[in-house]
Order: sequence, then C-alpha cells, then structure tokens
Amino acid sequence: MTIATRPQPGPAREYHFPTFERCTLANGLTLLIAPSHSLQVVTVLAIVDAGAVAEPGGQEGVAVLTARALNEGTPKYDGETLTDYLEQLGTSVGGGASWDSASLAMTVLHDNLDNAFAHFAEVLVAPTFPVAAIERLKGERIAELMQIESEPRELADEKFDEYIYDATSRFRLPLGGTAESVNGLTRNEVVAFHASRYQPSATTLIIAGDVEADSVELMVAGALEAWTGIAAPTVRANDKPARTSRAVRIVRKEDAPQSEVRIGHVGVPRTHPDYFSITVMNAVLGGLFSSRINLNLREVHGYTYGASSAFDWRREAGPFVIGTAVASDVTVAAIQETFKEIDRMRVEPISESELSLATSYLEGVFPIRYETTAAIAAALATLTIYNLPVDWYDTYRARISAVTINDVLEAARKHVHPESLQIVIVGDAGAIWEPLEALALGPLDVVSP
Amino acid sequence: MDTLYITLKPMTVMRIPIETFRLENGLFVTLSEDHTAPIVAVNLWYHVGSANERHGRTGFAHLFEHMLFQGSEHVEANEHFELVQRAGGTLNGSTWLDRTNYFETVPSNQLAIALWLEADRMGALLPAMTQQKLDTQRDVVSNERRWSVDNQPYGTWWEKLPALAYPDPHPFHHSLIGSFEDLNAASLEDIAHFFATYYTPDNAVLTIAGDFDPREARELVESYFAAIPRGKGKPPLPDMSLPATFGGTLREVVKDDVSLPRLYLGFRSPPFGSSEYYAASITGAILGMRKGSRLQRALVREREVATDATAFTFDLPMGADILVVDVTARPGITPERLEHEVVAEIERVRIDGVTQSEVDRAVALIGTDFVASMQQASERADQLSRFATYFGDPSFINDQMNRYRSVTAEDVTQFTATHFGEDNRAFLMYVPRDVAENAGSETTAGADAAMVTA
Repeated sequence: MTIATRPQPGPAREYHFPTFERCTLANGLTLLIAPSHSLQVVTVLAIVDAGAVAEPGGQEGVAVLTARALNEGTPKYDGETLTDYLEQLGTSVGGGASWDSASLAMTVLHDNLDNAFAHFAEVLVAPTFPVAAIERLKGERIAELMQIESEPRELADEKFDEYIYDATSRFRLPLGGTAESVNGLTRNEVVAFHASRYQPSATTLIIAGDVEADSVELMVAGALEAWTGIAAPTVRANDKPARTSRAVRIVRKEDAPQSEVRIGHVGVPRTHPDYFSITVMNAVLGGLFSSRINLNLREVHGYTYGASSAFDWRREAGPFVIGTAVASDVTVAAIQETFKEIDRMRVEPISESELSLATSYLEGVFPIRYETTAAIAAALATLTIYNLPVDWYDTYRARISAVTINDVLEAARKHVHPESLQIVIVGDAGAIWEPLEALALGPLDVVSP
Repeated sequence: MDTLYITLKPMTVMRIPIETFRLENGLFVTLSEDHTAPIVAVNLWYHVGSANERHGRTGFAHLFEHMLFQGSEHVEANEHFELVQRAGGTLNGSTWLDRTNYFETVPSNQLAIALWLEADRMGALLPAMTQQKLDTQRDVVSNERRWSVDNQPYGTWWEKLPALAYPDPHPFHHSLIGSFEDLNAASLEDIAHFFATYYTPDNAVLTIAGDFDPREARELVESYFAAIPRGKGKPPLPDMSLPATFGGTLREVVKDDVSLPRLYLGFRSPPFGSSEYYAASITGAILGMRKGSRLQRALVREREVATDATAFTFDLPMGADILVVDVTARPGITPERLEHEVVAEIERVRIDGVTQSEVDRAVALIGTDFVASMQQASERADQLSRFATYFGDPSFINDQMNRYRSVTAEDVTQFTATHFGEDNRAFLMYVPRDVAENAGSETTAGADAAMVTA
C-alpha cells in the first residue's frame, strides 16, 4: 500500500434492507413495523390516501391545509397544550401532503413512545380543526405564495409545472393551492376532506426503530382499533400535457443576475416497467455530479454552480426536468449545450464506463440511504404509495445492475422527447429575449410572475 | 382543558465509541466503530476558514475548497468525484468562518479509496493545479455566489450579519463567499501558498466512523498519510477576543427583492463550547425551536404578525459567537411593527427570565434531534472532527447532552439578563424594495451599519 498505487476494494459485506412485518387490523388499517435497535429512537409515519390529486375541483390546496391543520387540536386538548405536551417529550407531530398521499410523522426517543403515540393517534383520527387555526394556516399559505414570487428557484419549478400540464390537470397548479383557491377554503371543506379520506382502510401506519413488533402492535391496536369508517376511492390524476411541440416561456425578473432554467416535459408514472432503465439513464444524463450535463455545464464551461436532471415520480406522470441556474449572458449557450447532451443520449450508446459508474453508484449508496429510522420509514411509505411488491428493496440492487447499455439507449429514446421539450426561464427578459428568439426553439412568450 | 401531567423517564445514555491516535507528522486521527450497516464515513477538518484570509482575498478559503476536487498528483481532473461515486459513495466539502471540511461515506469495503483520495490531495495537490482549472472554478464559485446570495431573497444576510456583528478588521467580519473582485484576483501562487500554509497534517484532523476494522484502518492511515511532511506552522490569527456585548445597538436596513419584511436580530454571545454557551443555545431553542417556542407561539400563532420564527447560534468557538433570531412578517405587517413585536418578546425574556419547564422542553427537543442525527455515520464523523479540531478532544461529543441537561432556568435567565439589553442588539432588517421606496427616507433612515450608543 503506497500512495502511488490506487487501492482496490475488498470483498463487499452483505447488506439487507431492514426486515419489516406487515399486518392489518380488523378496521382495515395496515401496519408496517421495521425494528432496528442501533439507537433508542423511533419514527412513526402515517401515510393516508389523501394527497392533492384527490381534491375536489376548485378546492386546490385542501389536502395540504388539512394535513397541516391536523395538529391544531383534539377533543381532549387544544393545539397549544398538545404542542407543549409533545415537545416536553422531545418530539412534535407534523402533517404534510404530497400529490399522492398525506403524511403525519414524529421521531421520538423509545422511552417516550407510548406517551407520544396516544396523542399521535388522536391527531390523526380526531382533529378538531378550529376555525381560527384554519384561517391562520390559510394566511401562512398566502404568505408562502408571496415569498415564492420573489424566490427564483421555486418560482421556476412552479411556472414549469404550470406551463407543461394541460389546463384540466391538477398538476398544473401548485401542490398547496393558489391564492384564489386557498382563499375560498373554509373549515367545512377541511372537515369534509378529512372525513372522506382519513379512514383506516386508506391508512398505513409505519413504525421504524427501537421497538419490538409484538408490543408495538398492541400499542397501535389499543389506540386505533376503534377507528372505523369508509374511505372514498383512490383518485387517478389527469397528467395530460399542455402541448406536444416545443415552446419557450420567459418569466420576467428584472435585473436578475442569473437565469433559472427548466427544460423538460411530462415524464413517466412511478410504476412504469422501465423504472430501472430510466433511473440509470437519468443518472448518466444529469442525476450524478459526474453526469454529462453537470460536467458539461459546470466543469467544462463554468456556466453554473450545478445542473441536474430528474424524473419527479408520482402515481401518474410527473415532470421530467433538467434544472440549472446560469448567468444571463450564457443562458442561450447553456440551453444549447443541454440540448446537445439530450440528443447525444438518444443517438449513441453510453460507454461501459458510464454505465458502470451509474450502476455501481446506485448499488453502493443503497445502504447509505437507509441509515436512519426516518429514512427507513420513508422507504416503506414509497412501497405503500405506489403499491410496490414487498421484496422491492431486496431486489433493487440486482435490478439496477441488470440494466444494459441498450436498455439505457432505449429508455432515452422512449422517454426523453427533444421535439416536445418545454423551456421555462425565470430571468432578466430584456437580456435574454433576443438571443433566445434567434435560437428559434419554438413559440416564445414572456410573462410576469 | 385539563392540565397534562407528564412523567419524564430518565434520559437514555448514548455513548459514541472513540479511539484516537496521532501520527508523527501531527495528523490527529479519531476512530469510531459501529457495525450497524456496512458503510463507513471519512471526514477531514482543516483548521482554516475565511477568518484566515488575507486582505484582498475574501472568498479564497472557499475557492480553494473547490480546487481540492480538481485532482491531485495521482488523480485526474474530475476523477475525485467519479472515483467516490463509482465506489458507491457520497461526498462533498464545505467552508465556514473558521474551518473547512471534506467528507465521504462509502461502502465499508471501499474505505481504502476514500483515505487514499484524501491523502493524495493533502500530500500532493499542487502538481494537478492549472490556470484553466482555477479559472473554471472561479466561474463556478461566481455562479454559486449569484445562486445562493445575489439571486436569493434575503440571500445577503449571511454576509451582512457577521459584518454588522464583528467590527472590521475582526477575522469574522468579512464575507465568506467573497467579492467578485477578490475572487478574480486569486492566482495560482495564492493556491500554492495557502496549500503550504494550511493544508498540512498538523493542521488537520481525520475521523473514520462506521464499519471498519480498527487495525486495518490504522494501517491504511499510516501508509497513506505518514509520509506527508508536517507544516511549517501557520500565522496566528489576530486577537479574536471581543467584549461580551456590542456596546450599543447596531442597525442596517436592506432594501431587497423580497415580498415580506424579515428581521435578523443578532446578539453577541459566548463562544461555542464555553460553559455559558449552553445557556445561549437553550435560549435559542426556547425562543425559536418548533411551534411551542416563545416566538412561534406569540408572534406566529397568537398575534399572527409573523409567518415564521427561528433562533440559532453560529457555534463559533473563538472570540465570540452570535445568537440569531430570524422572524418573517405576515403580509400587511410593517417592518416597524415586526421589530416592535420581536423586541417586546426579547424584553419579556430579558426582564422576567424563563421557566424550568421551558428549559426542559428545549433540552428534550435538542436531545431527540441529537440522538436521531447520530444514526448517520457522516454526522458522527463530522461532530467528532469538530470537537477534535476545536478542543483537541473528540470525546467531548459524549458530554454534550449532559452539558445541556445541567443548564438551569437561572442560568438562562442570567444569560438573557446580560445579553439581551439594548447594548447588545444588531438589527438587520430586510424590506421589500417597493415598500421601502414608497415609504421614502423614514424606513431607510438607519441604512448602513451605524453604532448607536445605548
């Protein structure tokens, strides 16, 4: 072993994703328990089929508002008392919603689990939704929307979604709703959404960490077996694109020192059979630091601090998007380089070395992703939300390593569409409009935030 | 509503295993075994940050950090990232006012490549340095500055607040990310000089945490690092010490492209690791940690004048630290009203002190977060490096929760009584540009840092 000789890896030690137990209570509640005793900490995560795609039309934002308001009071305790009690136990119970599900989560030390869980269950099942709390949370969402208007990164993400989805798609509007839709919500809509969606048969409770399966089952049954009700059926989102030809939009931000650029189109549903080849293809294109787009835009040209590509996985097709931030004067050049990389991905096979970099990275980081109870619980949530087979994580690495050069080429040809790329730029319209127009990528418009 | 009766069980004791040794060249090494998962974290702290920069070279420590990913004698350009990712690992580096760290987490059978990469760039960076690489990274860092500071609402706060709280030429006064002008002035000679002065084994600590065999790890460290020569010593930092308070009220108003006013209120506070530090840190948690904290309860929930409120310390171990309160206004709340409401809460704490129950809440939350964070090998390694760098003893990590638990309500009350007065407040107020312009000179009367004697 000397510094002049590059070391080789030793034999890999075996790794298995934490084993978990699955059971269903008589009321239909699914329970997933993943015991792990390295530290005395436990994550409790409830996943409910109550995401934004399930919102009634015109009530955009009710899913997020409902989830955020869960911890504002129960029949026994008002929100403030509840908050203080849980925080004295070193924890807090927080709700949130994504497109496909709502969640309620807490991480707590083992010794405080029983005390904290009794309140967690109440918060999930019997929130009181005080009018004052609903109104305050609505105000906070309006403030959040105002903040996004002056925050180029989030603004670019929101404007991109708005641009690429059809007017009939829920995905077109922000997850948390617009000012107009949120202003229209009242406690009634929140109560109704909770009553129709937060039901045992639509809920999976995940408990990961320092617990024994038997005693935790008893704890959950004690708190939740009396919970009954019938859930509204799962809603399938409409993921229709706005158009199938290229188009460009500039969102005006006068004197911005950088352009926030988003390039992409409506992508692929999470359960698509090409999931693994798409994952490897994306790693080569823009998923890793050493990916083509980042090396080109950052390390070769110095245009940016970073550039990446991603498939935003949802039950129905979420966006495929390449994102970067570049100085105004190199915006067009950066877009041209990005287009080159997209084309190259589709016309020529990647090298053996690129394939092995992507697959060995994805296989290697797998155990690093699941070090914490929160990460293990989130992984089990993914199984639940997308209804993946229970051996998903046991077979993940083998399926990644089975992806071939040809699979990657096929995935790029099938799922990346240069002719229908949508481009959204938040930036200094005065500085970038002319060169962009000259590029003639497609119809171009300029809008205000 | 009935009152809840809470029975708190005694806190579980968690001990991170620690073994240390020092190579002859001065490199301090900490090993911390844990075989939960087949992964291992490698973490290096160099005891150099923006505080060590010379005049006219603001941002250099951070630019230099970027250059450490550009290859070394046996590693090609861009290969550093690639080799770690090919090994199935994650990696990065970061620069702070007083230190720079580099870290990777890899499958445990890849420990050798991580150590080898770190050793090669510590021992032989300069053969790989070229003008072209420097020029490219200068562009990358300029874009990082635009992205994280100039094109972000409130993005300048983290250079403006230290500038306000540490008087020029204190080493914490100037910008960490640096000015475009200074970045442009950086040369290859600067790189060589900085490397020779600060990137030496006796100015670094190395931590390995996770799944490894200690004998094998030690052999690897010795074979890769032992031949790197000790440095010739670094120039001492100027006197870092500062009075316990600012000695007045400091104020700056910034007109920015923001939608809502936001106040950063800084207080000079005792250095990280000092006995008083823990009271300051708990004060931050009482004021701004989670929904039950004073500011969130009073300003966000009850009076609805703020959309969010947090408080935290910078955790600087030399000279003086800053405790920062960060509160964003609700739509329709003026900067004046926001300031008035925040100051009212600060006054309440200063005059009436805090309760033991508030201290207990803070310690319980800090305790859970601490244990939860220790699940990650990378976090254990980083904290061990931190205590080794700052205090020469990584085992301080195992005392942290006891030090928090030993703080009483009287300690916190004593801290706020002495540090929350008008002689120790730095107001950095962000005001939406259009509001500021409509309001005319009144709103901006306090513009530019100005010392006002209390």
